[in-house]
Amino acid sequence: MDGMRLVMGNEAVALGALAAGCDFYAGYPITPASEILEGMARLLPPRGGVFLQMEDELGALAAVIGAAWGGARAMTATSGPGFSLMQEHIGYAAITQTPCVVVDVQRGGPSTGLPTLPAQGDAMQARWGTHGDRPAIVLTAASVRGAYEATIQAFTLAEAHRQPVVLLLDAVVAHMREPVDLPPPPAPSQRRPVRSPEPPFGEHPFTPFGAGRPIVVTGLSHDDEGLPRTGSARASERMLRATEARMAADPALAGLDRYRLDDAQVAIVSYGVTARVARAAIDTLRQAGLPVGGLELTVLWPFPEREVADLAARVDAILVPELNLGQMVLPVRAAVAGRCPVTSLGRADGTLFQPDEVAEAVRALPAGTAMGRDQRHA
Amino acid sequence: MPRIGDDLQRYLRTEMMPTVWCPGCGHGNIARAIASALEHGGYDPERVVLVGGIGCSGRTPFYFNTNAMHTTHGRALAFATGLKMARPDLKVVVVTGDGDALAIGGNHFIHAARRNLDVAVVLYNNSIYGMTGGQQAPTTPVGARSTTSLSGAIEPAFDAVELAMAAGATYVARTTTFDAQEMPVLIAEAIEHPGFALVEVLTQCPTYYGRLNRLGDAPEMLIWERDLTEPSPDPLTREQMAGGRRTGVFRREVRPEFTRSYAALCERLGAAADA
Repeated sequence: MDGMRLVMGNEAVALGALAAGCDFYAGYPITPASEILEGMARLLPPRGGVFLQMEDELGALAAVIGAAWGGARAMTATSGPGFSLMQEHIGYAAITQTPCVVVDVQRGGPSTGLPTLPAQGDAMQARWGTHGDRPAIVLTAASVRGAYEATIQAFTLAEAHRQPVVLLLDAVVAHMREPVDLPPPPAPSQRRPVRSPEPPFGEHPFTPFGAGRPIVVTGLSHDDEGLPRTGSARASERMLRATEARMAADPALAGLDRYRLDDAQVAIVSYGVTARVARAAIDTLRQAGLPVGGLELTVLWPFPEREVADLAARVDAILVPELNLGQMVLPVRAAVAGRCPVTSLGRADGTLFQPDEVAEAVRALPAGTAMGRDQRHA
Repeated sequence: MPRIGDDLQRYLRTEMMPTVWCPGCGHGNIARAIASALEHGGYDPERVVLVGGIGCSGRTPFYFNTNAMHTTHGRALAFATGLKMARPDLKVVVVTGDGDALAIGGNHFIHAARRNLDVAVVLYNNSIYGMTGGQQAPTTPVGARSTTSLSGAIEPAFDAVELAMAAGATYVARTTTFDAQEMPVLIAEAIEHPGFALVEVLTQCPTYYGRLNRLGDAPEMLIWERDLTEPSPDPLTREQMAGGRRTGVFRREVRPEFTRSYAALCERLGAAADA
């Protein structure tokens, strides 16, 4: 063990990637994600891994996908503007069932927006940003330790479901330093081709080039052999549905934390840095005798519908604070389905919520009423 | 010297044929030349990856019994960069079109050339966007008609050879589908070349470019290609290049290649040589 030391969130992502066996990184400089790029530039070459600074973010994710088919455990990291550019290739990775990891350290948007200032405005883009439908895995974290663990989990899930996995951080978690005790990473190891008579796509495990017969990879709808032929549209839809079903059954994707929630009558549903602010608000409200608790999402997508529906049956009201104008409140409302009022508390001015602000919003909730006003923060 | 008519079956995925290409299109001739070049090099199909972009040229990988990546519009070289860096042992051949490589993919094209990445790029230049129905390309000559330049193009065209040379490519050649004997030879040389190698192939699109510019059908367009270009001594001087659509080899030089430079960096930093 290295022992306890102060680590920045972005450094923790780089260290988590190495711990997961990542041996390939391609990226492009962008604030507030550049420390991941710089960390990988320092860490990978002495270990024999590949570090590549590409000419843009489209190229970065393209290189990651190309490397994955070469056998690499590959990752890229960016922020909002770069994440927007990567959307086409997230779709390409989805339809080609290519395991890879994309970290998006969110910043205020749209467009160049608020560089270096925190936001949570990419929650929906991470789910729906590419054209067409796809199963999506989107993780998030609220601490340095959480960022480290989520990065490792992202690689595991990418492999298990053969899909691109997005890790959404925010500029606060990415740039803050916290004491953590991280084990030294193992030596990198390339994925080996698996010789198998099974077709290379569909419900079969991922194998890179070199598995005993040539593989065709295409972004066109294709059958399990990888070829665009009659019936391949149906084959692609079947693959997407099957992947989604497998994700729904994966206990690793039921990620959430509960904070003082057992006897709560009001719940705050939050994620990322906002979950930390929510905890402070909950403590304040509890001191004042108000039974408030927190449901903290660590997996944004697939959205934990059942857990939120169960919660809605037990509490009088739900508050969803997030650093955007109201994004994750939408699936919360869909899951709650009118069982209790859901109120959005949104902010997109590059500043964090203050605990008092969240506490005040809880006090203003229409709790106790069977169906209170469903306020949307203007 | 690769010979036409050798047994190319080893490299071709005949189950995917007939191709999507129109009657008279030159792309099939180029694909055949690539197969000839691979056969000439004796490459194991499983150690070869054909990477294509989007457009008529991008369909080429489906007809090859090698590993294949049919990627996104303009980005074939970016995919190829990641793949080649992860697996320098694989032979990577990029097939791309003039719109794919020089418009939407122009940035990746110049940067892959700058890095001198060990890939061979076969650029199918038909002077127009074929798959989308005949729109103006960055290679459409001034005055030429397309569906988006019906009165004749007013934008100057890119010269892929000049662009690649300026960006740092270490093997640069141009040929045409008329030059059926030369084409596989140049492609074979590009595949063997240890660095970024470009072979631009001027090819006929009778369906759109030929029809819109009254150049006739495929046979007439092959003659048009012959008359348009001028075979050149090998290699050309800068002065000899100026002013014409020369064919032949423009550059053949050795400069540090990217995957090798990277391996040397890793070694210097203490990584195991075989990692």
